[in-house]
Amino acid sequence: MSRQAETAGIAGPAAGAPKRRVILALGSLLPVALLAVWQALGDLGYISTMLYPTPLTIAEAFVDLSASGELWTHLQISLTRAALGFALGGGLGLLLGVAVGLFRSTEKALDPTVQMLRMVPSLALAPLFVLWFGIGEESKILLIAKGAFFPLYINTYLGIRSVDRKLFDVSRVLSFGRFKQIIRLVLPASLPNVLLGIRISLGVAWLGLVVAELMASTSGIGYLMSDARQFTKTPVVFVGIAVFAIVGKLTDSLVRMLERRWLRWQDTYKG
Amino acid sequence: MSVPVLEIERLNKSFQTPKTVVTALSGIDLKVQEGEFITVIGPSGCGKSTLLKIVAGLDLAYEGSVKLSDKEVAGPGIDKGFIFQEPRLFPWLTVEKNIAADLSLRNPEVRKKVDSLIELVKLQGFEKAYPRELSGGMAQRVAIARALLRNPKVLLLDEPFGALDAFTRAHMQEVLLDIWQHNRTTMIFVTHDIDEAIFLANRIVILKPRPGSIRGIVPVTLPYPRKKATTSFQSLRLKVLDEFERLEETEYVDRAGL
Repeated sequence: MSRQAETAGIAGPAAGAPKRRVILALGSLLPVALLAVWQALGDLGYISTMLYPTPLTIAEAFVDLSASGELWTHLQISLTRAALGFALGGGLGLLLGVAVGLFRSTEKALDPTVQMLRMVPSLALAPLFVLWFGIGEESKILLIAKGAFFPLYINTYLGIRSVDRKLFDVSRVLSFGRFKQIIRLVLPASLPNVLLGIRISLGVAWLGLVVAELMASTSGIGYLMSDARQFTKTPVVFVGIAVFAIVGKLTDSLVRMLERRWLRWQDTYKG
Repeated sequence: MSVPVLEIERLNKSFQTPKTVVTALSGIDLKVQEGEFITVIGPSGCGKSTLLKIVAGLDLAYEGSVKLSDKEVAGPGIDKGFIFQEPRLFPWLTVEKNIAADLSLRNPEVRKKVDSLIELVKLQGFEKAYPRELSGGMAQRVAIARALLRNPKVLLLDEPFGALDAFTRAHMQEVLLDIWQHNRTTMIFVTHDIDEAIFLANRIVILKPRPGSIRGIVPVTLPYPRKKATTSFQSLRLKVLDEFERLEETEYVDRAGL
């Protein structure tokens, strides 16, 4: 009896998951409806097309900008800045998060200071960064790095501290040394939190980019937008906003894909 | 007789609480022969889990001597397999990777041993399953395979089937006996279930509480496989129960004296 009885209790992975197309349709319902209403209101003259250019005008501006290559040059510059800032800040956050999570002494020495720095708003630091590092790339990348540091730091730290203590007993019984304990137990167990940290850090890096580029810049998507605003080319401002939204969403989806792949083992409520 | 694989001599263990010192174990003497199946039974609070943790090397604050293969136990290690009450698998590893744990399945020797253990604990077809997909009994079998892969000199089991339902528990007892008869691994099995203790053991060690010490050791000579409904089984059961009742009487007298 036993084997059958036991296997009967196993739930198949996400039985009856809805089809991809249905999910896609569900996700695009709201934005498509909004765009349609917006276009209609603009065409019928209910809203000012100067302040709220219709989706079609924005699409035209997008086509012009991408055909001239201007959009891609600026996007590439912005992406590089965000990537460098994220790599610097996020990398440091991950490293310090691991150190503080693993060792009580490091925690006591570092965490209070880090928590204090976390509370300093980026906008307050921006002018100082410009003073110290000039209006070149350094100040921008550092501003982004400052934002990207904290989410990854806090989540890594938290992830390590929430590893099941009982599994440490298992690692001792299995004769894991300190190194194996970190590689085989601490890191995989804290991976869900680390990935969450990466998601939030990427988002913050992307947002920090806007602040940095709108402030003082001669290139990048943020510059494209502030330049367009001065000449009241509202459609271009909207193109910039759309690019920020889409690229942000794409990077987030990338991390979520990794989450799905690496965290298949998780036994949590899936909605 | 051969040299015992495990030798416990004059073992004392006490816990320091803020107010007093509580003696958990007092004057424990026990020799376990290689290939023996020992069950340790006693009421809760008699220190049976503490005893097992000390043998495992998970608790080193004691007086006396605990020797495994003539060597003083200095800490936990793979020569002392330990099965906790819960399976405690790594949730991010599949069944086969959990059994291998820190060893690589790409090593053909490990691969072969893992495969044969999966067969031994009857988990064929579940090699690639994650712990969340397993029932309690299956997960505990993975834990047992994980310990056995490391060829322990002794397998220590701390109420391993306590959380399982009666049917699964009976099945697991049979699986464990199968493994024991196949591998001849020395087993020390802590339980509070008298039937389980008799069903499995060569010898039953009965502990009494306050302070935890050995009340008696009952040898079990019934041939395997044992049937719980037979008269010989039941008479043994009464004998063990009798030990417990005498235990309670002395307790009663002790308290009356206070």
